[in-house]
Amino acid sequence: MTTLDSSDTTPEVVVDPNAVSVTINGKVVAARKGEMIIAAADRTDDFIPRFCYHPRMEPVGMCRQCLVEVVGPRGPMMVVSCMTPVADGQVVNTATEGVKKAQEGMLELLLANHPLDCPVCDKGGECPLQDQAFSHGPGESRFVEEKRHYEKPIAISENVYLDRERCILCDRCTRFADEVAGDALISFTSRGNNTQVMTFPDEPFSSYFSGNTVQICPVGALTAKPYRFKARPWDIEHVESTCTTCSVGCRTVVQSSRDELVRYQGVDSQPVNWGWLCDKGRFNFESINSKDRLTTPLIKDASGNLSATSWSVAIDSAARMVRTALLSSPQSVAIIGGARGTNEDAFAWAQLANALGVDSRDSQLADGLPPQVFSLPQATIADIDTAKTIILLAPDLKEELPVLYLRVRRAAEKRTGRVVEVSPRATGLAGKAWKKVHVEPGKTAAALRALSTDAAFTAQLASGSVVVIVGRMNLAESEESVVYALAEVLHMAPHATVLPVLRRANVRGAITAGLTPRNGGKSTAEILEAAAAGKIECLVLLGADPLSDVPDADLARRGISGARNIIAIDTFITQSSALADIVLPAAAYGEKEGTTTNIEGRISNVAQSITPVGTSRPDWMIAVELGAATSHDLGFASYNEVHAAMISGVSEFASAVDTHAVEHDGVIVAHPTPITLTRADGASIERNSYDYRAVVSRKLYDNAIGTAKSPSLATLGVASAIIVNPLDVPRIGAQVGESVRVTSPRGTIVMPLQESVDVLRGTAWLPINLGGSDVRELLDVTKDVIDLKIEKMS
Amino acid sequence: MSRLNDANIKIALEIISHYPRPKSALIPLLHLAQEQNGYVTREAMVHLGELVGVTSAEVYGTASFYEMFRFEPVGKYLVNICGTMSCALMGAGDLMHHAEQKLGVKAGGTTADGMFTLAHAECQAACTEAPTLQVNYRFRYKVTNSDFDTLIDDLKSGRLSDEIPSHGVVARIRQRIPADRGVGAIAPELATENPAWMNGKAAL
Repeated sequence: MTTLDSSDTTPEVVVDPNAVSVTINGKVVAARKGEMIIAAADRTDDFIPRFCYHPRMEPVGMCRQCLVEVVGPRGPMMVVSCMTPVADGQVVNTATEGVKKAQEGMLELLLANHPLDCPVCDKGGECPLQDQAFSHGPGESRFVEEKRHYEKPIAISENVYLDRERCILCDRCTRFADEVAGDALISFTSRGNNTQVMTFPDEPFSSYFSGNTVQICPVGALTAKPYRFKARPWDIEHVESTCTTCSVGCRTVVQSSRDELVRYQGVDSQPVNWGWLCDKGRFNFESINSKDRLTTPLIKDASGNLSATSWSVAIDSAARMVRTALLSSPQSVAIIGGARGTNEDAFAWAQLANALGVDSRDSQLADGLPPQVFSLPQATIADIDTAKTIILLAPDLKEELPVLYLRVRRAAEKRTGRVVEVSPRATGLAGKAWKKVHVEPGKTAAALRALSTDAAFTAQLASGSVVVIVGRMNLAESEESVVYALAEVLHMAPHATVLPVLRRANVRGAITAGLTPRNGGKSTAEILEAAAAGKIECLVLLGADPLSDVPDADLARRGISGARNIIAIDTFITQSSALADIVLPAAAYGEKEGTTTNIEGRISNVAQSITPVGTSRPDWMIAVELGAATSHDLGFASYNEVHAAMISGVSEFASAVDTHAVEHDGVIVAHPTPITLTRADGASIERNSYDYRAVVSRKLYDNAIGTAKSPSLATLGVASAIIVNPLDVPRIGAQVGESVRVTSPRGTIVMPLQESVDVLRGTAWLPINLGGSDVRELLDVTKDVIDLKIEKMS
Repeated sequence: MSRLNDANIKIALEIISHYPRPKSALIPLLHLAQEQNGYVTREAMVHLGELVGVTSAEVYGTASFYEMFRFEPVGKYLVNICGTMSCALMGAGDLMHHAEQKLGVKAGGTTADGMFTLAHAECQAACTEAPTLQVNYRFRYKVTNSDFDTLIDDLKSGRLSDEIPSHGVVARIRQRIPADRGVGAIAPELATENPAWMNGKAAL
């Protein structure tokens, strides 16, 4: 800071104490203390070759390719630019004869053992080693000896293959596994010339994030089974898009070849995913190429079977069903779903529902939160980086929102913020939590209220910004209990911002676009209950499958069988669409353009990469057709028109007018004036000590259609089981692994007993939607909590 | 079954307590595991990972860096004959040939009775005493063929069992550091004050 004479009227110049200035190849570059030379150089036009350096991971100086000269008192000195911090006045040269010689020498050494099999290597054409051997290599090698040989390739997990001959030991995959994913299941083993990346013997690299190692591998050592030998990089068409597997909304590049999806790659979007994807999102493109996709409209024939028909017949029949139902009452028509499509799809269907006077529409399947959570002060994903306290009042992020898990894990790992885990069981972040509030279902709000007397806890909340990640951590517990718990947190930390994590990719967009009950319309549970009572004449399933997705099997069954007519818009024949009267084939992800809205309300684009399969169409187009057939002109007939109508028609979406931003990092929706939540009386729901309180949540690999129809993912799921605390096992009297009878007030199922210390005593964890017994048979969406009896089979 | 036994778990916990971070204790713990079974078993590596809070892959990665850790059963006595320059000039090749004849196994092999594993070794840093060998890392210098025969016979008969414990035992007397004599190192990220040596004369 400069000292100034008091008489001087010039405003004081505030100098950032962390700002430094370095000269790279004669150009002055502004940098910050602690930054590495290579990062500063990346802001200039001069490229420093590198293999191990990755901007999202700690530097290791492993490959030595990024050697540059730093001018010092004894003349220029060769340093690795990824490990040398900038200093004020530093002079760096990246292209002198000496640097060139050093870099060529490094490449010659790296290529000594690397096989020159580029023509048959999947990486060829997009390989940093190949590219930099051309741009910074010596052109030829003096190495004439035999190269190192290994068995090639070996599977280190279900989907990742390792070719150790091609590996240059850059430490990117092993660093990623340890530092970013927290699954250090691969490591360097042996020493010297035998050093190799390897798993523990017979223990695969079964990480939810393993696909990222393939993407960041700078050579062809790691390849992913779903892409191996499918395409060559120069034949691939790329479009930037947003993943819609879950609601995090990771930015991706969708790649296709010969009109077939072949690969998704993560895009480094600072506010969202930093380039990372989970394996489920990365590999489920296989389901879009599935042979089981619906290609033509189906209609129930005289014998009650679904048979192929034309679009005109299907739309006319659907329109007749809707018109007939409307004659009795608009309340007899209902729409369930819409959260799997784009904002435009949801908007078009909401407009159609408005035109028809249908108020019962719900894009959440009785497993969400009231839309009022969007009216609380909102947090963004990036706020996690700067928050002092991150309160998890949410499902297990590792299982349900994996890339968000990485961000929260990093905050804990880097000690930028403390994580408070409020959950009925230990989640994937338990090991990183500063405080764990493990409390049995029905008592969460009371436990949080009791925390207000915990001085350390309240001091932590007062120390700075607080982000509350809120969602349904237990599907066997009512949504009210989550709202009450949230109200307690917001009472203790009024300055907290909220990141609502609702399930299904575009649930926020669908709700914002209007696919949520209005004017006293019914929610999904109410629609199904009304249908069971014979009050629903026409039920529209918009990419929804209540029979396998509503966490109450009995309600879904009664509802679906009670609805007089069902029109399903879907990509596959599901349990529910199989019972529909008309099934209209929908275009899937990658087959249509549009925008999607993620958990933080970020609108970003989804792009079309391939032609829709068969005669399938985007949902919005089906809405337009059905509108026309029921004499309602929705006012748009092309994608651009529906997009424009949505931006002008829905005030929250107005910011999406910035097309450039939508096609990159996205724009945040406007959200309404903040509301405050009222606290409940804090009473907890007591439990009979003979019973076990149910905790029901999802695992990443379940029977979701996108997983089940992707061969590379379908085998990764486990069978359903009831998991209790090891100390409760003797009380049940059955052995671990043995089948037990589980009874709730709703029903009885038989499933294997398992134990885990992650589960609280007196509770039982039942992962939902897996193979084996259907947990939903036990659930009742009208109950606040579900208590179970667990009995040994006689 | 080849995890650490109860007595060794106690020792392991004591070793871990000497380090600011549990995983820093990995190398002495691997020696402990090797002492228990004569080699580092797969189960022991899993167990050590649990004890210090790292994955089995990280334990294996660390262990496999070091030549002294073995992951397959070895004989009670591991005989390493140096084959590097000085020893090679002084007849190490002939010595190895003789050893192979004497033990009836090729270099790298283990005798059927599980007593001896014969192996090549790189320089043992005793070039003036070439040719050298090590039995369970205990030196023998200027080894002749008859010296070798005597050594094997002595080991077989148990005459050397006081001097040379079985493979995996680093020292016959275990170093114990009472809690009050430990340096009390704390992890750098938890340190609240400078180390004593940074306080200049005040530290004296």
